[in-house]
Amino acid sequence: MALVLNEEQVMLKESAAGFLAEKAGVAQLRALRDSGSERGFSDEVWREMVEMGWAGIAIPEAFGGLGYGYTGLGLVLEQAGRNLSASPLQSTVLVAASVIGELGSAQQKEQLLAAIAAGDKLVSLALQEGAHHAPLQSSLRAQAQGDDYVLNGEKLLVLDASAADTFVVIARTAGEPGDEQGLSAFLVDADATGLAIAPRSMVDSRSAGALVLDGVRVPAGNLLGEAGAAWDGLSRALDVASIGFAAELLGLSTEAFERTNAYLKERKQFGRVIGSFQGLQHRAAEMFAELELARSIVLQALHAIDDGEADLALQASAAKAKLCEVAQRVTSEAIQMHGGIGMTDEHEIGFFIKRARVVQHIFGDYNYHLDRFARLNGF
Amino acid sequence: MSDLEQFRQDTRAWLEKNCPESMRVPVRGFDDFYNGGRNPEIDHPDQKLWCDRMAERGWTVPHWPKAYGGGGLNSEEVKILSQEMARIGARRALDSFGISMLGPALLHFGSEEQKLEHLPKIARGEIRWCQGYSEPNAGSDLASLATKAEDKGDHYVINGQKIWTSYADKADWIFCLVRTDNSGSKHEGISFVLFDMDQPGVTVRPIKLISGNSPFCETFFDNAIADKKNLVGEAGNGWTIAKYLLTHEREMISGFGAAPKKSVGQVALETIGADATGRLANSVLRQNIAQYQLDTMVFGATMKRVGDEAKAGQGLGAASSIFKYYGTELNKRRNELNLAVCGEQALGWDGEEYNGGALSRDWLRSKGNSIEGGTSEVQLNIIAKRVLGLPDA
Ligand SMILES: Cc1cc2nc3c(=O)[nH]c(=O)nc-3n(C[C@H](O)[C@H](O)[C@H](O)COP(=O)(O)OP(=O)(O)OC[C@H]3O[C@@H](n4cnc5c(N)ncnc54)[C@H](O)[C@@H]3O)c2cc1C
Repeated sequence: MALVLNEEQVMLKESAAGFLAEKAGVAQLRALRDSGSERGFSDEVWREMVEMGWAGIAIPEAFGGLGYGYTGLGLVLEQAGRNLSASPLQSTVLVAASVIGELGSAQQKEQLLAAIAAGDKLVSLALQEGAHHAPLQSSLRAQAQGDDYVLNGEKLLVLDASAADTFVVIARTAGEPGDEQGLSAFLVDADATGLAIAPRSMVDSRSAGALVLDGVRVPAGNLLGEAGAAWDGLSRALDVASIGFAAELLGLSTEAFERTNAYLKERKQFGRVIGSFQGLQHRAAEMFAELELARSIVLQALHAIDDGEADLALQASAAKAKLCEVAQRVTSEAIQMHGGIGMTDEHEIGFFIKRARVVQHIFGDYNYHLDRFARLNGF
Repeated sequence: MSDLEQFRQDTRAWLEKNCPESMRVPVRGFDDFYNGGRNPEIDHPDQKLWCDRMAERGWTVPHWPKAYGGGGLNSEEVKILSQEMARIGARRALDSFGISMLGPALLHFGSEEQKLEHLPKIARGEIRWCQGYSEPNAGSDLASLATKAEDKGDHYVINGQKIWTSYADKADWIFCLVRTDNSGSKHEGISFVLFDMDQPGVTVRPIKLISGNSPFCETFFDNAIADKKNLVGEAGNGWTIAKYLLTHEREMISGFGAAPKKSVGQVALETIGADATGRLANSVLRQNIAQYQLDTMVFGATMKRVGDEAKAGQGLGAASSIFKYYGTELNKRRNELNLAVCGEQALGWDGEEYNGGALSRDWLRSKGNSIEGGTSEVQLNIIAKRVLGLPDA
């Protein structure tokens, strides 16, 4: 597919940009933070997003979605990145819906995806257990008991944990940490007996939490896909999620860069604007180059999802690794080039570096994905 | 069958029949391409044969109009031709500054007479061209050039010196920036002229490069003559043409950044080996290679995106400004990795056991990529000023 946006996509991008800048920008994120909001986003704004169809933007029309594909969702996520918009777009629309789409039965998809698309349900993936993304190391146990499974263990960094109605919990029904075989995905409702949800305060002021599952009992019907066979679908869904987060990083980094470039034209020292200093000009030009490269790989990777390309894993790790690298550089330079004002909580630029590091970490950072990229390339 | 499919089949059959076996092996280094000219350097007799056959179909410049010696192919057909050539590993039949630099400028700015005179000879590899831009005191600051051309009615008399003129000692003609007027700003008064190097007023002195070869020269003009009919565009308007040509030169140079056929990672596995998990045994080198391959893939996606945007009528995006800078820096990284990966093998300077020193010589030559055609620093200046709108110091 040609690496260009069609008219429909350009319109989507523009309307998302306008809406998010007005309703869900950095000022709103700051207000949410300062009010100590546990949900971490505004239900009202989320409602409006749902009405625009965003909750089902990548969900096929057959399941009540808009069927714009992941390229469409990626464009919205890019704008969400630019504005640091807090909403369940990532947790539910990008991640959980993809996992359900990959692993769910026809009936589960019909129910759950339709509910997500209608904005009736927030779902979040509970995967990570340690300090790092290491999906195969999952050790949370699910023991079969009659027609039920009993789940015991802990999960970390569950996005929008306080707001979610349902979790997709990755658990081991067999095998040992490190094995592909034996991983299963269970639907666990937020009000399940034995489930404790602890909100965690994260550096990006967004809502995430830890789950403790102490003998949580779910019927076998809550399995997504077959017991022990979740890995392939999960791994594909994680590739999709990584590409979506790369799109968010693209928007975030582009915005941080543009704000910095504007500051270079405004701030005066030594009797001239600091943007006239070549030491800064070249660093800015290099960042511009890196951002253009970043934009290309994100678009190519989004297309790879929609076109069902065989090298999705490679595209995903390339996109996430590159965007982690670029986001890290751009947000760090953004602070440096703002000088002292960049270190203040009052200035907005600090919000970008904070969100960047969290998104970089989620589902594998630069180190994880560059290593995987090399392995996928055979070395 | 679609027309394009038919074209592919015919092209495949023709190439199979006409591309000599000897022209299906990779070039041995940067200087192993065939460049044509009145006295061509022939490393292998098939080079000329291959060039002549391709030129007969206009396929040395497949995208140029037929009237000027081109193939008259549309962009889809050009793509198919290059795919089919790649399929059998066919070399480019002719590689020259006439094709990559002067041709595009003449197609854009030349008079009909000039096009008919010069383009077919470029296409057939009959005349080899060199680029007379840089002077001892006009490098990055090219517009400060001082080579003087005096108007003598039907011709100019040229005096001055050029430097770093690649292949001036092998070239037949030169496209040259000269000053026809000193009264205005430095960008005004520059003219773009063409003239034959085979005349008493032109002397060239080769300069040896760190790669051991002598591809560039000092070029002296002592009352050299240029016919007025070979003034391209109007007198004093040469800077516009010079810049246009530079964009083509930069485009050509940035192509060096394309991914090599055999990935560096694969070569490294062979020379260094894997650990028990199948990863390259040296983890530091592995990271360097992975980052390089990642950047190469991402650069490739960017070339594709900019091409697709242009095809979709969205114009040449700002991203194209990064090509020269990024492509050449990538090529330098690749050459440094070649050294790291191949070790002693890459340090050989001569002899069959080192393939003539191709690796070390290419490595050294690659250092010039970020200097020729406008240095990396100058490219960053251009991005900062034209794209980012940052002010002059
Ligand atoms: C292999 C090779 C082939 C060449 N072939 C040709 C040819 O065929 N024809 C031709 O006309 N020329 C040719 N050139 C010349 C080439 O275009 C010049 O070398 C180039 O433009 C740089 O000019 P310079 O060598 O005078 O370096 P300088 O301009 O003196 O630059 C020296 C250093 O200063 C830096 N610098 C200069 N100005 C600035 C600035 N404003 N801001 C920041 N840094 C700056 C440069 O980036 C560089 O690092 C060739 C060069 C090479 C290396």
